[in-house]
Amino acid sequence: MVVSLTDIKSGSKVRVARIRGGLGIRQRLSCLGIHPGDIMLLQKSGFMKGPVLVNIHGNQVALGRGIATKILVEVE
Amino acid sequence: MMKITLVGQPNCGKSTIFNHVAGYKAITSNFPGKTVTYSISKMTFQGMTSEIVDLPGSYSMTSFDLAELEARKYLLREKIDVVINVIDASLLGRGLELTLQLLELNLPTVICLNMIDEAETKGIIIDTDKLSHLLGLPVVTTIAHKGWGLNKLFETAFKVGQKSAKSEFLTFSKDVEQVIKDLSEYIKKTDYSEKFNVPYRFLATKLLENDQDFIDEIKNTDMEFIKAVQGYQHQLEQCRDRSSDEVISSERHHLSMQLYESVVKLSKPRKEIRNYLDSVLMHPVFGYISLAVIMYLFFNFVFYVGAIFEEPLLDFFYQFLPFAEETLGADSLLYHIVSGVVQGLAGGIAIVLPFLFPFLLGLAFLEDTGYLPRVAYLMDTFLHRIGLHGKAIIPLILGYGCTVPAVMATRILESERDRFITSVLTTMIPCAARITIIFGLVAFYLGPRAAIFVFLFNIVVVAIAGNILSNIMPEITPGMILEIPAYHVPSIKILLSKVWLRMKEFIVIAWPLLIVGSVVLSLLQHWHLEEFINQLISPITLLLGLPVTVGVTLIFGVLRKELSMVMLVQALGVTNISTAMSATQIMTFTIFVLFYVPCVATLAVLIKEIGSKRTLFAIVFTFLIALILATITRFVY
Ligand SMILES: Nc1nc2c(ncn2[C@@H]2O[C@H](COP(=O)(O)OP(=O)(O)O)[C@@H](O)[C@H]2O)c(=O)[nH]1
Ligand SMILES: [Mg+2]
Repeated sequence: MVVSLTDIKSGSKVRVARIRGGLGIRQRLSCLGIHPGDIMLLQKSGFMKGPVLVNIHGNQVALGRGIATKILVEVE
Repeated sequence: MMKITLVGQPNCGKSTIFNHVAGYKAITSNFPGKTVTYSISKMTFQGMTSEIVDLPGSYSMTSFDLAELEARKYLLREKIDVVINVIDASLLGRGLELTLQLLELNLPTVICLNMIDEAETKGIIIDTDKLSHLLGLPVVTTIAHKGWGLNKLFETAFKVGQKSAKSEFLTFSKDVEQVIKDLSEYIKKTDYSEKFNVPYRFLATKLLENDQDFIDEIKNTDMEFIKAVQGYQHQLEQCRDRSSDEVISSERHHLSMQLYESVVKLSKPRKEIRNYLDSVLMHPVFGYISLAVIMYLFFNFVFYVGAIFEEPLLDFFYQFLPFAEETLGADSLLYHIVSGVVQGLAGGIAIVLPFLFPFLLGLAFLEDTGYLPRVAYLMDTFLHRIGLHGKAIIPLILGYGCTVPAVMATRILESERDRFITSVLTTMIPCAARITIIFGLVAFYLGPRAAIFVFLFNIVVVAIAGNILSNIMPEITPGMILEIPAYHVPSIKILLSKVWLRMKEFIVIAWPLLIVGSVVLSLLQHWHLEEFINQLISPITLLLGLPVTVGVTLIFGVLRKELSMVMLVQALGVTNISTAMSATQIMTFTIFVLFYVPCVATLAVLIKEIGSKRTLFAIVFTFLIALILATITRFVY
């Protein structure tokens, strides 16, 4: 099932299915190693509409709420 | 002379390598995006002189923020003899994506696998010979902050530079490669490759990726070319059923992953305490509590260290004044000059320095451990409410050091509006100079609690001002994407060099100004000219209920913020300010000085970064805020 990254519980392993939104956000995410098909660990889901924290290829990346909703993932 | 350029992703250690050979010149810290402009230095290595350039970090050769654009423009514009591509070995897979793009530039290149210590603790073992073979480039491993491997790195760089061996690109899948080739052939028929000074293939892949910078430049004059490019983009889209930029970026990603997998052996990562730190420091509840505790400790550290030195040093300087008065006569011109010099020195050494040093040391410590990006993470929610995102906190925190680099650091923000709002807000954050005023006046005369109040009050005001500005310019910000680097144990030597670099700026620029300023004020007083200036400022001082004699210090404060405090002593003609000003007046004065009009150095950088019209707006905006808040303070405090 494909859901947005903000709808996932902390501690789950997910696979990036698709990135909604334009060229800009796609490219910026790909710079930090986040591409469709990649597996990442959701370390902290956001609280109080705060950012989420993911671990991707052994590196931590914080993603603002607006960005996180645009990342569609499948739970592994 | 050979020109060596350091290129790499943010936070991989470029500036640390640069400083190793250039002396500590470029600020290094453990968070991405602190180098926003390039530094150049001469270096001598084994008897040979060359020029070394430290570029801002860029994740990719497609640029998004101004800092990355600066790096790319430099790379394409300048004639470079050798590129040192610095890679954080613990993030090799990602780092290689930039390397693959650099290869397309066909420049003589050396790979520097830095932070090999970090990679090892993560359990990443890299077969460097194999990597070197696959990339066709020499590979050197280093641990930059310890200086380990750097001699070998520069030896290799010189060799490569002398041979000027060009790098060669690695190829993508056949079908994609064919489209790139076709487009390259098409570009060969035009003069764009020469115009942008890049190889055909580099331009071809960038155009297929929809690189805004190149496309914008061509669009206005040559629609036919753009149409042709769109044709090739379409071909790629047909190949893979994805947009063409995605095709290229996923090709690059796969190629780097392939390289990564063939050279890396993974073993078990070492267990370390720092792996557990974030479960407290980034926790939804404990994270904020820790933040408050850390800031409180930091505050006390600065206050108590400063207080130990301030009084004895002041006493030391002021003992000369009665002596000078006796020998020179209270009304003589010479006495006025001497007392000006003594008071300027006293201000710089006894009031400013005792607080400046511990403050800068603490700031450097927080920067180098890697705590700041965590603060950005914690603050994102709140910044969101004032229409900015978490990354904006980095310039704001840097603002506590000095407003000038803080304004420049807004370049890490993607949108022009965010840069403008954040720039204006950073000018309202108390910089080290204003912090010494808060410590030297408020904490010293009114007690540490009052000083904490000033800091908290300031944060509230900045938040409200942010809210006002973002309501004036409503726009959805692109949102935060921020790397949170691993914690590092700071090196004492680097901490001290950084503090020294920032203090030097103060000693070289501020001290002479403090002394000259004090002498000028003495002369003004001698000829009774300061009364005239005070008269001019009196509408403000009267409104705020301050002694009219402080008017002149407000003018000097625009030159350097410390001046307004240091000269306060002189303007009032007392050594203990509390004898001439009430608690309310001290507070009112501080609140006014905290917000009103940025100093000249800040104004200069503001004009450069946001333009003169908006700078004028910033002046009026901050001045009004200062006036309103100080008036309120007068009646409420
Ligand atoms: N553990 C470790 N830390 C390093 C190494 N090289 C640099 N650092 C630290 O990494 C941080 C980032 O370095 P900096 O030179 O500012 O990175 P830049 O963004 O590439 O210029 C600083 O805190 C350095 O002290 C290394 O080889 N090992
Ligand atoms: Mg740097």
